[in-house]
Amino acid sequence: MPRSSAPTTLRLDPVVVRKARSLARRAGAPVVKLARTHTTVSVERATLRLAGLAGADVERVPWVNHLVDAVRAGAGLEHGVALPVWDALLRGEADDLLTLAQKAAAGSVSFRVPEGRDAVRASKAARASVSTGIRRVDASRTTRERLVKRLGDPAQRPWIYLIVATGDIYEDIPQAQNAAREGADVIAVIRSTGQSLLDYVPEGATREGYAGTYATQENFRLMRAALDDVSKELGRYVRLTNYASGLCMPEIAALAGLERLDMMLNDSMYGILFRDINPVRTFVDQRFSRQVHARAGIIINTGEDNYLTTADAVDAAHTVTVSQLLNEYFAKEAGLQDWQLGLGHAFEINPDLPDSFRLELAHALLARTLFPDAPLKWMPPTKHMTGDVFRGYLLDGFFNLAGAMTGQGILLVGMMTEAVVTPWLSDRDLALQNVRYVLNAASGLTEDFRPPPDGFIQTRARQVLSEAVDLLERVVDDTLLEAIADGTFGLMKRPADAGKGLDGVVRRAGGYLNPAVDLLEEGATR
Amino acid sequence: MTAKKADVVRPYGDTTGDGMVQVSFTLPVPHSKRAEGAAAQLAEKMGISPALVVHSKPMGPDFTFFVVYGPVHHLVDLSAVHVVEREYPLLSAKEVNAAVKSRLRRKLVVVGACIGTDAHTVGIDAILNIKGFAGEKGLEYYREIRVVNLGAQVLVPDLVERARAEKADAVLVSQVVTQKDAHLHNSREMSAAFREAYPAGRRPLLVVGGPRFAEGAAADLGVDRVFGKGTTPGEVASYLVHALLPAPAPAAAARPTGRKSA
Repeated sequence: MPRSSAPTTLRLDPVVVRKARSLARRAGAPVVKLARTHTTVSVERATLRLAGLAGADVERVPWVNHLVDAVRAGAGLEHGVALPVWDALLRGEADDLLTLAQKAAAGSVSFRVPEGRDAVRASKAARASVSTGIRRVDASRTTRERLVKRLGDPAQRPWIYLIVATGDIYEDIPQAQNAAREGADVIAVIRSTGQSLLDYVPEGATREGYAGTYATQENFRLMRAALDDVSKELGRYVRLTNYASGLCMPEIAALAGLERLDMMLNDSMYGILFRDINPVRTFVDQRFSRQVHARAGIIINTGEDNYLTTADAVDAAHTVTVSQLLNEYFAKEAGLQDWQLGLGHAFEINPDLPDSFRLELAHALLARTLFPDAPLKWMPPTKHMTGDVFRGYLLDGFFNLAGAMTGQGILLVGMMTEAVVTPWLSDRDLALQNVRYVLNAASGLTEDFRPPPDGFIQTRARQVLSEAVDLLERVVDDTLLEAIADGTFGLMKRPADAGKGLDGVVRRAGGYLNPAVDLLEEGATR
Repeated sequence: MTAKKADVVRPYGDTTGDGMVQVSFTLPVPHSKRAEGAAAQLAEKMGISPALVVHSKPMGPDFTFFVVYGPVHHLVDLSAVHVVEREYPLLSAKEVNAAVKSRLRRKLVVVGACIGTDAHTVGIDAILNIKGFAGEKGLEYYREIRVVNLGAQVLVPDLVERARAEKADAVLVSQVVTQKDAHLHNSREMSAAFREAYPAGRRPLLVVGGPRFAEGAAADLGVDRVFGKGTTPGEVASYLVHALLPAPAPAAAARPTGRKSA
């Protein structure tokens, strides 16, 4: 993990910092309660995936979707999918999950919620089956730890994070391997546009995507294997990133855990605000996905950069801090450790503004100081990349410098052709040259960079923090769901009873059972 | 004679008529003398002669990146350049408000959205949000315009539904990130849906915008106007007045306030 040599230069009032955290907890707690009392179709499907159900029918509809839909139609989802499914197996409706799903898809299985001794037997069988998946997640984590130990972590910090996005997994693979050879420590495979709104996970190796490649279990496996090869060649462990977001967040998280992905984009509010996914759906899905990530030793990356692409990066700086605090609360509640929190922020201030770089330093240092043990994810300029590639290259240089000076953990490499084309080979090479030059020339500056206590940078950082506290107070008074409905974040109004995926949310009944949730919460393996 | 001469120009490096250009590209050739020769050959074929390969750098074992300088001999004939010139006068916010107030006598309703899978609201927000773009405030700032910004990933049927419910005078659709011409397909789908949903001649004004659109493509897309990269809110507002609220004929001739060309 990237160890932060967090600059301790920024003096924040510990009372204000404590207040900010306690407000975030108060704002988040009702949402956690909501997550504990509801389930979603995707949480249930993820549970079946952990039990080993994979594959799809000829029309590429996954078997987990068929089975969950059939259970929902026959017995309801209020008790979870586990009891009716393993009850049906014990009643001899089918020999295994796959056959059961196939028969259920044909409408030839009747499901019920078992009671008494039948319920106990179904519950035991479900737990045994789901625990095999949990143990596979554990084994993936052990493998990663062993490989990191043998091959080693990147020599420098921040880790260099590069994006690959061709749409074709077989094109992505050589590109990712080349990027690693050129110096990338983390490879992110961007998903196909629109995957977040699919209520199923596509199957198999895919060669056709729009502005990205579909996240599928097979694509995950292929890319991880390719990066294992290049890791051995380079003598450092190259990490793989994908996206646990959208309507299938829990399932993607489970697949990532099974296939040893190393980082996952996973934001608490991104889907609500920017994809118009129902808030309750998002919070329920998110909690489960974070529990899986915690277990799998996956580092999450949160999406605060997005606030700054829609709102003004100076006026809305405090919304980033608020979101980071909420993301931290939700993450820790779900069992993630500090080293797993790649909290996001971005270099998006208008470069024409006087003192824009000093403001960027203030904001970056604030995040660094508030979350000293988190590997912060530092995101490059996009909003003010105009197509003038020369100016963009300079801007990326300043972005890299701010990252080096403030000890960021993960640096997403900016491309001078942002907003022009998807990166060319030469764009990537030039961008990496830029990063290497700056890190080589200036990463030691973390040691020298000591902004004066009452100077511009420290004052600005304290101001942003106090604005964040004010906003959190309003959110607590209003409740988080109301605040989201009112357009407090990213200027988008998202009421709790609207948005995509709402029909997939189900309130849990008294006897709800989900062995995956139980195993994750207990930390048990059987 | 001098006027005629000005119609023909060449690229300008540091002297009139020197024709200097600079290009960069990558060849799938390992870095070597031969690779530099290959770059020079390509540049010559592009009309850069003599080509100066000022920089060459290996990118991995199989590729080389080049920067090339040199003069081109091509001439640009300005009289043969065809672009879509702005067909409407640029109005100030005050003039837009006054025009709406006097000619429409109610607020002008604008519904905006990103359609398809595009989640990038930066375009629609630049035009609609008060914050605006390029120092100009967005349409929300205009007192006489009512803005309904539906945000990202709005489905076309929802857009039509909402436009109807809000009694939209104009519908603004932004498409920023696009691949395989998705922005064109989406725009056509959108205009077709409006054609179906409204009686002929009654549909709201349809405007699409985004960096990948060609401004001359309106008819092909079935919309009224296409705005390209760098469009400001003021231009859009002025266009809306021009298209929806044509000035009464005599007033147009007498109207002294319109800045004809900015």
